[in-house]
Amino acid sequence: MASSVISSSPFLCKSAQKDLGFPKSSQISVHRCQKRAISRKIVSVMAPQRSSSATGSVKTGMTMTEKILAKAAEKSQVVPGDNIWVNVDVLMTHDVCGPGAFGIFKREFGEKAKVWDPEKIVVIPDHYIFTTDKRANRNVDIMREHCREQNIKYFYDITDLGDFRANPDYKGVCHVALAQEGHCRPGEVLLGTDSHTCTAGAFGQFATGIGNTDAGFVLGTGKILLKVPPTMRFILDGEMPSYLQAKDLILQIIGEISVAGATYKTMEFSGTTIESLTMEERMTLCNMVVEAGGKNGVIPPDATTFNYVENRTSVPFEPVYSDGNASFIADYRFDVSKLEPVVAKPHSPDNRALARECKDVKIDRVYIGSCTGGKTEDFMAAAKLFHAAGKQVKVPTFLVPATQKVWMDVYALPVPGAGGKTCAQIFEEAGCDTPTSPSCGACLGGPADTYARLNEPQVCVSTTNRNFPGRMGHKEGQIYLVSPYTAAASALTGHVTDPREFLQ
Amino acid sequence: MAAASLRSVNPTLPRTLASPTRSPPFQSPFLRFAPASTTSFNLKPLVTAPAPSSSPFVTRSAAASPQERKTFHGLCYVVGDNIDTDQIIPAEFLTLVPSNPDEYQKLGSHALVGLPASYEDRFVEPGETKTKYSIVIGGENFGCGSSREHAPVCLGAAGAKAVVAQSYARIFFRNSVATGEIYPLDSEVRVCDECRTGDVATVELREGDSVLINHTTGKEYRLKAIGDAGPVIDAGGIFAYARKAGMIPSAAAA
Repeated sequence: MASSVISSSPFLCKSAQKDLGFPKSSQISVHRCQKRAISRKIVSVMAPQRSSSATGSVKTGMTMTEKILAKAAEKSQVVPGDNIWVNVDVLMTHDVCGPGAFGIFKREFGEKAKVWDPEKIVVIPDHYIFTTDKRANRNVDIMREHCREQNIKYFYDITDLGDFRANPDYKGVCHVALAQEGHCRPGEVLLGTDSHTCTAGAFGQFATGIGNTDAGFVLGTGKILLKVPPTMRFILDGEMPSYLQAKDLILQIIGEISVAGATYKTMEFSGTTIESLTMEERMTLCNMVVEAGGKNGVIPPDATTFNYVENRTSVPFEPVYSDGNASFIADYRFDVSKLEPVVAKPHSPDNRALARECKDVKIDRVYIGSCTGGKTEDFMAAAKLFHAAGKQVKVPTFLVPATQKVWMDVYALPVPGAGGKTCAQIFEEAGCDTPTSPSCGACLGGPADTYARLNEPQVCVSTTNRNFPGRMGHKEGQIYLVSPYTAAASALTGHVTDPREFLQ
Repeated sequence: MAAASLRSVNPTLPRTLASPTRSPPFQSPFLRFAPASTTSFNLKPLVTAPAPSSSPFVTRSAAASPQERKTFHGLCYVVGDNIDTDQIIPAEFLTLVPSNPDEYQKLGSHALVGLPASYEDRFVEPGETKTKYSIVIGGENFGCGSSREHAPVCLGAAGAKAVVAQSYARIFFRNSVATGEIYPLDSEVRVCDECRTGDVATVELREGDSVLINHTTGKEYRLKAIGDAGPVIDAGGIFAYARKAGMIPSAAAA
């Protein structure tokens, strides 16, 4: 088993050893980690990599991800590097990639082909919905046709773009909708034509993003060829400070290992802090695994998970857990009680800085939304800070609930400690923009008329997941990725602001 | 399990795929490298001859063996590290559906248009649909960000043939292999520091000994073996690979 040495730094960073023959792109992670952590003692720890014996009679311990994939491939054992055909439990697609995926499906399997299982496909229009862009609108129509023809059970359709509430089936952002509608279950394999499909790993399942061609293949066969990834383990212990959120945790980690630090690997999160997180916070954590290059993220399922899942689906599931003698390619430990709110400065999710060290950065707008930071608890947090501050925002503050359910929560749920006020009321009093129709919105820019799109070279503080040049629209836009608390605090001052200014 | 037919999973999959697909499938620039020979890996009933189905690798698979020499020659376009999918193809263009031939061409015209203004040479000139650059030279983590297949597709649609980068983000790499739109190659050193946009170069793929030759500087760089993706590329993409493995019906099956 791996042993560790505790250094005197607030948190411990252990660099990944050189790779063991995995795709070479993983090697840069070592270089980057060492570049960033110059002032901290780096301890190299590597859990011994075991290979199955030649006779196959010795059973090696497996990580959660290895177990999930082994079961889905109907094998008793897999090791990282194995290329296996895996059964898919759920395939998700949306308005942007769905037409292309079905186009490929038809071309490869024939015009009359039927999908492998019309109940295992979930089609969720969410990216470019509330727009006059004709192609965007057409893409939703194309998906409607495919779903009708294939008898797809789960199609969260929208036809009345003028009033999202007039569409009983419409949900909104796919990754949040998948969870809310009970499609995420421990132990399963979930694929989606979107990079943030890794969000569902919060439920203790294997979830990753794929392209149209792979999706077209899955549509016809229900299987995909996957290489078993090695697992990096992130153990987060300690009591979560009241001003810290899961977004801070994942930005901390990405800043530690870089945007390619987890390429081709699984990021497994465990520890007492993880156990204390709600499902939505776990989703935020796993959501940005792809921003570190990760193949998938996983969190061991527990009572919190089962409670959430069983309230939303009656489909049986089988949770899995990493064996005690499983091999991990790297181990990182964090003492969360010592962490501070962080931001990712332009133009990379790993361009980490302490929020308090950016207080001189003047901003032009704040955006609260997306699968990363537009869930009910994200809005609750922002509202809680606005209420504690009792002030008005100094810059335009855009609120984009991820789904219909989130929108309804924003208008219906009382914010704890706010005397019965709802998020919507608090937002209004603080001078924020009215919460808009739920969708992916301006997280990825979108068509020119997308609400809150960054159309000028402005500085935007955002609860979203990427800040590469042009991400939210304008190429010279400057995007600071933050937690909902930090977003709210920044809105109140007109500068990047540590939420402790208002929460302590 | 590898040999099991998937018809037990999806009984609706036809035993033969004799019905022609929509006509005509678009021509991918990969088709410029016509196979040296044709084998019995016969997909003719699947498509209207002679173009292949979705993946141009399908055509190459008709002849390609791992030992076959593949060559790409042309001008280089050099970019830096962490070129993400929003820079390769900004999100506003994702309404274009890659499997639609007209929109496929349009995607090509927007390739790399998201690069900041500091890139003075544009990959595709305004008003054009094709690029004059055949080889994209990148740094680390090329293609990071989204899973959008539009990214490798637009590069291929624009006319680029290969990317030589220090490292790739996994979804982009996988999509490149799956679609066959652009050949993703790993360099051993930072070729992006040693090549300039406009350099004339050749990429030669050989069994265990692939190279990038920069004719303008005279330097040669070893390229890494394609790794686990090799069998999928050599077969001709994921569909062809699955057919070869007996996973999905081949058009030749009776």
